[in-house]
Formats: sequence, C-alpha cells, structure tokens
Amino acid sequence: MTSIHLDAAAVRVPLPGRGEREILAPTTLTLTEQRVAVIGANGSGKSTLARLLNGLVRPSSGRVTVDGKDVVRDGAAVRRLVGFCFTDPAAQLVMPTCVEDVELSLRRTVSGASARRERALAVLAANGLEEHAHDSVHSLSGGQRQLLALAGVLATEPRVVVADEPTTLLDRANTRRIGDALLGLTQQLVLVTHDLDLAARCDRVVVVDDARVVADGDPASSVDHYTRLVDSR
Amino acid sequence: MAGLHQPGDTVLHRLPVGAKVLGLAVLSLAIVVVRDVRTAPAFLAVTLLLAALARVPVRSVWRAARGVLVVALVAGAFQWWWYGAGKAAETFLDLLSLGLAALSLTATTSVNEMVDALSRWARPLRFVGIDPERVALTVALTIGALPGTIAIARETRDAARARGLDRNPRAYLSPFVIRVVARAHESGDALHARGIGD
Repeated sequence: MTSIHLDAAAVRVPLPGRGEREILAPTTLTLTEQRVAVIGANGSGKSTLARLLNGLVRPSSGRVTVDGKDVVRDGAAVRRLVGFCFTDPAAQLVMPTCVEDVELSLRRTVSGASARRERALAVLAANGLEEHAHDSVHSLSGGQRQLLALAGVLATEPRVVVADEPTTLLDRANTRRIGDALLGLTQQLVLVTHDLDLAARCDRVVVVDDARVVADGDPASSVDHYTRLVDSR
Repeated sequence: MAGLHQPGDTVLHRLPVGAKVLGLAVLSLAIVVVRDVRTAPAFLAVTLLLAALARVPVRSVWRAARGVLVVALVAGAFQWWWYGAGKAAETFLDLLSLGLAALSLTATTSVNEMVDALSRWARPLRFVGIDPERVALTVALTIGALPGTIAIARETRDAARARGLDRNPRAYLSPFVIRVVARAHESGDALHARGIGD
C-alpha cells in the first residue's frame, strides 16, 4: 500500500492588509489504509487537505510526501502516483466527447493515436460507459459525468485516488453508484465526503474542523465524534 | 462550427489531418476570394457533398447550419441594404459553405488527432523555448471549452431572468465573465491534477 505522509503540513493564505489566515493548521498524518475518508463541515479545511496530496495546493510550511516523493519538489512524479477527482466533473471534462477526454489523460503515458484510442475504449468499457464513447460529454447525466471523470483519472493507473466530494452534486442512486465504484477500487482511496454512510464504509475516518484534525480513527468512533460536534452547535 | 467527431471509415476520415486542414484552407480561400454570385451555389454544393462523403448525420449538418444561419442572415441583410440582392445571396451562401466545410473537418478528425498534428507542426517552436505540445493543447482546449462556455452563458442568462434582471446587461455580463474565469481556473487545476503539462 502507498504511504502518504503529512509532516506538520500547514496552509495559510494572505489576506490583503490583514496578515494571513490559516486554512489548515500544522497537520501530521500517515495514511496507509486502503480507504480513508475525510469528513467535516463546509470550509473546515478538508478539501485543502485533499488538495495537498497531489500538489494542487502547496504547503505553506511542513512537508507532504507520497511514497517518499515530495509533492512540491517531485510534483510531476507525485501526480503520476495520485489521481484527483473533483466535485464538479464539468470542470474536469475538457474534451468534446467521452473517448477523447479519456485519451487526453493517456497522452502522457500511451504513445500512438490508435493505441490511445484502444486503451481509452477499454477504460470506458470497464466503467460501463462504452455506449457513450462518442457522445458529447455535455449530453451525459450528472452520474455519468462523474463516472467519466473517474474513468479519466483511472486511465492513468494511479496508485492513489483522491476524490473531493464526488457525490455532492448527485442524486441518491448515483451517489450509491459512484460510491460503490470508488470503494471498489484496488487503488488506495482518500475520499472527502459529507456522506456519512460512505465514510462509514471506509477503513479510517479523519474529522477536520476549523482547519484542524479533531478526530482520527475507526469509522464508528470518528463519525460519532463528528455527529456530536455538529449536534453541539 | 466545432462539431463533434463522428467516428467512421470514409475517405475523409482516412485522409491525413494535414491534407484535410490544407484542403479546408484552400476551399475557404476560394470561397472568400471568388466574388461571383454564380459560383456561391457551386461552393455550397461542394461542401454539402463533402458532408455527405463524410457521412455526417443530417441532424449534425442541420445543427451546424442553424448555428451559422443567424449570422449569415444578418450579414446577408446588411449586404442587401448596401449592395443589393446578388451580393446578399452570395454572402449568405458563402458563410453557409464555410460553416459546412469546417464541419466536415471536425466531424472526421478527433481533437486528439488534431492535437497530435498541431504538436508536430509546432515542433520548430522548440528552438525558441516554446513547448509544441502545450501550443497544440491550448488550441484543442480552446475549441473544447466552447460548449462549456455556451452552457455557462445559458445558466447565467437564466439566473438573471429568474431575478427579473433579463434586461440588465450588467446582471448578465459580470457574473458570466466571473464564472468563465472561475471555470478556467478549475479546468486548469483539473489538467494540473491529470499531469497535463508536467
């Protein structure tokens, strides 16, 4: 299993004329479990934590490594290891048709147009999207778009998949479909979610509140901690 | 006129991208340079023939023609006012022909084939420190961003209407620009996350 390590990693953003605001306090974590969920309120810092894991956000201080590779110094190598799935797939899908979008992901790893096409079609088939291969990405339903975005990530065969609230925009049936797809991955999964049922199916749950990790452990105790935190407000 | 790629095995599908782009350039130049109302229907017939040869579905041809029809009608009306019916008919038909010619290229060439070709053609730029792959991707992403930008425009217009502000251009334009820039940032993040451009 891949080892993700945060060593006192903190993120601060400058506020014009008012110094800095800490959006993630110094955090030290080692994630080695197959499925890790990160839960917390909106604006608590959980997306920032997720974005640190493949260098989309750089730590203001401290260090983040994936299998010993530093996300800042070895950014390109880390992005080969860590795939990232966004909340809104519309931002992630940039090519006109489904197959072309998956092919874009493969440009870095597969040379030759016909080899890329073959591989992209295989990836779409593996994710149940083969019949939409030549459809416009804009004609897909929300669930299909998220599935396509995930297929685009999986095409590069990452060792870790980080998914930032991938079910937030979906209905119940699609939430289950995407949740099942993510939890069934052979890759290590870091799942940022508001869906406590999904979080409960992970091996470890990290609770983030007010830019800090306030609970970290097995799903039952962490979800319970978070529920009590919300109820106390 | 950025139509969707329609997979197929027609002569146009099999032609190399360079030949298709060159053909489109020559045909477009001929349509623009030859100023004669009698040739305009001939050019339209050629572009329709190309679309048929590429087996572009009639629905796609109509969608593409509809897109350019409004522009062609407005341009034609102005030409009628300034120069008369002959010039107006020529402008109207020429614009339709240009649109359909472009459609035949995009329908038979996938964006990734285009990126590969552009990347090859941009190779000399390496000597001045420009990454040809980035140049090609920029062109492809610009084309790819068009439907998304149109969708944002529709959503923003609907949001303005829902607040009863459909006659206020500021209520439409400011959020539209902000949303397009925000989407560009998100797409940049997504490309970065996929390692595109590393």
